[in-house]
Amino acid sequence: MNDFLLIFRRDANFDLQLTPAQMQEVTKPWQDWMGSLAAQNKLADSGNRLATDGRVVKPGSIITDGPYVEVKESVGGYIVIRAASLDEAAELSKGCPILATGGNVEIRQILPMQS
Amino acid sequence: MLARLFGFEHIQIAEDIASDTFLLASETWGKTKLPDNPAAWLYTVAKNKAKDYLKHNAIFNEKVAVQIKNEISEAEDVEIDLSEENINDSQLQMMFAICQPVIPAEAQIGLALRILCGFGIDEIADAFLSNKETINKRLFRAKEKLREQNVKIEFPDSKEITQRLDTVLLTLYLLFNEGYYSSSGNTNLRRDLCLEAMRLNYLLIQNRSTDLPIANALFSLMCFHASRFDARLDKNGEIILYDDQDSSLWNDELISRGTYYLVRGAKGPQLTRYHIEATIAYWHTQKQDSTEKWDNVLQLYNKLLILEYSPMAALNRTYALAKAKGKAEAIIEAEKLTQLADNHLYHSLLGHLYTGIDQQKALQHLKTALKLTKNQAEKNRIKKNIKELGL
Repeated sequence: MNDFLLIFRRDANFDLQLTPAQMQEVTKPWQDWMGSLAAQNKLADSGNRLATDGRVVKPGSIITDGPYVEVKESVGGYIVIRAASLDEAAELSKGCPILATGGNVEIRQILPMQS
Repeated sequence: MLARLFGFEHIQIAEDIASDTFLLASETWGKTKLPDNPAAWLYTVAKNKAKDYLKHNAIFNEKVAVQIKNEISEAEDVEIDLSEENINDSQLQMMFAICQPVIPAEAQIGLALRILCGFGIDEIADAFLSNKETINKRLFRAKEKLREQNVKIEFPDSKEITQRLDTVLLTLYLLFNEGYYSSSGNTNLRRDLCLEAMRLNYLLIQNRSTDLPIANALFSLMCFHASRFDARLDKNGEIILYDDQDSSLWNDELISRGTYYLVRGAKGPQLTRYHIEATIAYWHTQKQDSTEKWDNVLQLYNKLLILEYSPMAALNRTYALAKAKGKAEAIIEAEKLTQLADNHLYHSLLGHLYTGIDQQKALQHLKTALKLTKNQAEKNRIKKNIKELGL
């Protein structure tokens, strides 16, 4: 088994428009999906959500406001899962609720540091 | 108490004195009537024996090594404080001393049963479905380890207390589970294990510095579970499944206690597995089946699993899913749990889920479950399920 980082990208404006009650409704599918991964013992790290605001530091002490790519492709959060292969990790990602709101999941294998 | 007086270097002496005292008690009380206050009687006898021991020991030491003179005066000065407060404090300190990550959890539980609860080696062996020699060895090694590490029998300071309390609570949680889920046929013993875990947990709640939300959450969990003691075991000590329990036997007093401590446990930001498990147990005390109930249980199992995986939680989540969203959806999820392929409960669950949907598949899984289990009561239940398929 290897660890894979799942990076969730979506339109950052989407979250801002939600009422608390709608937010609750958004949370439930995430709990169901992550609960399902965890029940298979494939959730390695339940990860975190990320705030929409950000800063980018560039050479020459230049600091700019984020988001930097397009707002529609803003990183909203991440988790780490266990899978036998990149293909399996991709298969497991098909149930991710980010897809239902037009977002996407990027899957990258984590390579442990050589000591 | 005695153990604290003697310290871990001489814990064997404390244990010997305690068992001598109990032996004397059983002999004396067998012949005469019970003293008015048996506990005080026991403590007084144990105290005198301890003083005797210290005197003898001191005289012996004096002969061997002349310099140990002050031991005698120490022995004469020994006063053991028998107030309830001091007894409780001693137990709490001992709890912290025993529950150390350096010794395995099983040994911690064994030591707690021996030293804090006064269980015999026989009973501990019975509880662990093991034998006396194994338990003796295990406890001996654990005591050696505590000696080596020079563990002091004292209350941890306030900076350490949260972290140290985690270990203590985990031991109590495992002690309770040992009683609640053990397959030992000795029903009374199992109940005693649970009650001891509750007693020790209650001591923590009564002490101001350990009366933390997490300790309350665990106590609440124990209350909810204990409320079903009378309903979940039949005359032969075999488990009656939740769905088949006579809910009029559930203990309302313990259920309301559980709710009280769950509310106390909810103060503060920390959400631990005890909080989640207690809340699941709370929903199980609601007699009426409803979508709301099972939807809540499902979400709680999701949370529990995201926090920490366990095979039981994975199975229970799937069961709750079937109750909340129907068997078809639960089957899809159950088929994904391939890591549990050699767990008999997994196949029992699949058998249950396929029943009424695909009888052949149900039969197949129930047969596999039957092959995988060694427990006779479990086998009987699976055979009954197979029969009910009507194939």
